Amino acid sequence: MSTTHENKGFWHRFFFSLDHKDIGLQYLITTMFIAFFAGIFAMVFRIHLAFPDYHIPLFGIIDAKEYNILVTNHGLIMVLWLSMGILLATAGNYLIPTMLGTDDMAFPKLNKLSYWFFLLSVIILIISFFLPQKGFGGGWTLYPPLSVGDFGYNTPYKTFSDRFFSSNTFVLLAIALEFVALLMGGINFMVTLFNKRAKGMGLLQVPLLVWMIVIASILFMFSVGPLVAGTFMLLLDINAGTGFYDASRGGDPLLWEHLFWFFGHPEVYVILLPGLGILAEVITTNARKTLFGYKFILVLVLIATVLSLMVWAHHQFVAGVDPRAATVFGILTIIISLPFAGVILSFLATLWKSNLRLTLPMKWAMSAIVLFTILGGFTGLHLGAALFDMYAHDTSFVVAHFHYTLIPVVIFAGMAGFYHWFNKFSGRELNQFLGNLHFWLTFIFFNGFGIPLFLLGLAGQPRRYAGYDHIPYLSEGYLPLLREIATISAVILVLSQFIFIFNFIWSVYKGKKVTSNNPWQSTTLEWQTSSPPPHGNFEVYPVVYHGPYEYNRPGVDKDFLPQNQKI
Amino acid sequence: MNTTSLSKIAWNRIPQARFAMWTLIAGEFVIFGGLIVVYLLNRMKYPGWGEMAMHTNVVAGTINTFVLLTSSFFVVKAHEAAVKKNVEKVKFWIWLTILCALIFLGIKAYEYTHEIHLGFTLSSPALLEQGKHVETLYWALYYTMTGLHGLHVVGGALALFFVMRNVAKTKSYFHRIEAAGLYWHMVDIIWIFLFPLIYLIH
Repeated sequence: MSTTHENKGFWHRFFFSLDHKDIGLQYLITTMFIAFFAGIFAMVFRIHLAFPDYHIPLFGIIDAKEYNILVTNHGLIMVLWLSMGILLATAGNYLIPTMLGTDDMAFPKLNKLSYWFFLLSVIILIISFFLPQKGFGGGWTLYPPLSVGDFGYNTPYKTFSDRFFSSNTFVLLAIALEFVALLMGGINFMVTLFNKRAKGMGLLQVPLLVWMIVIASILFMFSVGPLVAGTFMLLLDINAGTGFYDASRGGDPLLWEHLFWFFGHPEVYVILLPGLGILAEVITTNARKTLFGYKFILVLVLIATVLSLMVWAHHQFVAGVDPRAATVFGILTIIISLPFAGVILSFLATLWKSNLRLTLPMKWAMSAIVLFTILGGFTGLHLGAALFDMYAHDTSFVVAHFHYTLIPVVIFAGMAGFYHWFNKFSGRELNQFLGNLHFWLTFIFFNGFGIPLFLLGLAGQPRRYAGYDHIPYLSEGYLPLLREIATISAVILVLSQFIFIFNFIWSVYKGKKVTSNNPWQSTTLEWQTSSPPPHGNFEVYPVVYHGPYEYNRPGVDKDFLPQNQKI
Repeated sequence: MNTTSLSKIAWNRIPQARFAMWTLIAGEFVIFGGLIVVYLLNRMKYPGWGEMAMHTNVVAGTINTFVLLTSSFFVVKAHEAAVKKNVEKVKFWIWLTILCALIFLGIKAYEYTHEIHLGFTLSSPALLEQGKHVETLYWALYYTMTGLHGLHVVGGALALFFVMRNVAKTKSYFHRIEAAGLYWHMVDIIWIFLFPLIYLIH
């Protein structure tokens, strides 16, 4: 099936290779490329909010229309392409076969096809910036009628080609293609987990990260279906004159909100679960202790997965949901925090009285837990209660809340994983000084950006406004100062990611070669092969004797016991 | 390079193609499930939809249901032949299945022509002029659901064709007939859901 791809040159390796490691790296580079745009967008519109008269290089003074386009595409790229591209596709492709001790995915060709669809979706998204509307500006949630008509654009739709070659249509096509890509990837992950584990590896000896990615893929599959149908209907609304979401035709714009959030809320857990999986790997390795409650975590996550399909309407408390239904959704939303509290407590119990190694990945992992739990999860409880949500909805409080849930998971846990596995996939070491600098700048300035937004939101600053000059109370007291702090922090936060990009590229070519295949003295199978692993991953296919986290086991001379090593 | 042969790893605990196909089918059902839920909610809300449903051709729908059910039988026969590795029989039964798919699409095309002739289209401007706003949605959803299902019929038939051609050429990969057949049954079962919803409930 899989043929040899070694030493075939750049083009072959990065476009046609069927090797799951190459495909994982392709996903990594593609998502980093598109996230670069999203980061720049964020910087530009934050500057516009705090300093409306400042002439931004390359962008000038942006107007309300451009502001909408920048915010919309920042949100879309970060949630749909970066988060899932890094945590599901990159981590899944690179790590699942290596952690399971096998040579490749169950379906290498399907895997390649999935990446091509992903690349196509990115290309179509980029094309949408060059169509007459210069990008879609109706909000990343794509609510009709903003996503159907030509609201706020200079060029009214007249003919079919106006409608088809519009940013609206192209953004929807890009989203649909990305869903197809990730569905194919998910099928592959699941079949690989169940069919291709190393000899002797039971289902409960699989590293938690693999389980988390597979459960996330299943959740993705079950939540995205109605939205695929809904996207199809929205495309028809734009291009074929149907009125599914048009209230004047008997249609219902709320229908889209239901279909969107039925996917949109589980999506948060689709992103969170692989993040928790990465944390489990990094924490056990650096705490030198076995994971507290492996089965417990799996059961909790399965409960949360089922619950997550029943909480979506908490995004619509102010959009016209029956108050009786809102009560039910509010209660379920608060209940869903319990399983995740359990998972976090398991991580804390793992850290309890451990021989902690405060390595760079561990710093990222621990700050991910702290930020996610204290500021992200806890404010989620507030917003889950409909009464508070009606007050805080569509203010900066909500913006701060979801940045505190997504950034700790995607950036902090993602970076923990990146710094943890970098020497495995590149065979070189990252520069530690630049790594630490990147960590501290990101940590400080992320909070410098998020905490002022909580305060501004409570003071009543609405989100999605292209400027606050016309709202007198927002220009009083310390509020402009808070906006400036948030903006300067956001700009430094984005700029400090360039340190990371520089460190990444420099270390890949010039970094010190690794001296050991297992520098963190980790137990899972991907560390028991060379760095980077050869084509086929293992010289000799491992046989598994233990669970994934055997650290400091009594009767073993070293403080770790690899899964494939007999006592 | 790899000194241990791959057979040393514990492969294929569940037949791989079958497992992947069931997963795909689960995903497809959620997609159609979304459409069916939208249809049911609107159907209960708007009595005008029942009136519109009277215009569908029940006879053609019944024949089409019969055609698809028969094709499912043919696919089972093809699978039976594939288990016995009988290439000629596999070809025979798959061709019959594809023939059924073509008959189905032909009848569906006839229905579409008739309905478009009556002024029921995706956007139904004729109904809109009569002030029947909600009723246009019925036809929009009708074309969306049956159209998406029609695309699955085309896709399933193409999958069967290419799998069969490959089996005939290589005299192996017989298990793929089963996977493609499973997909075909899914196409059939989705129609079993659509048929009463669209044609029978008035």
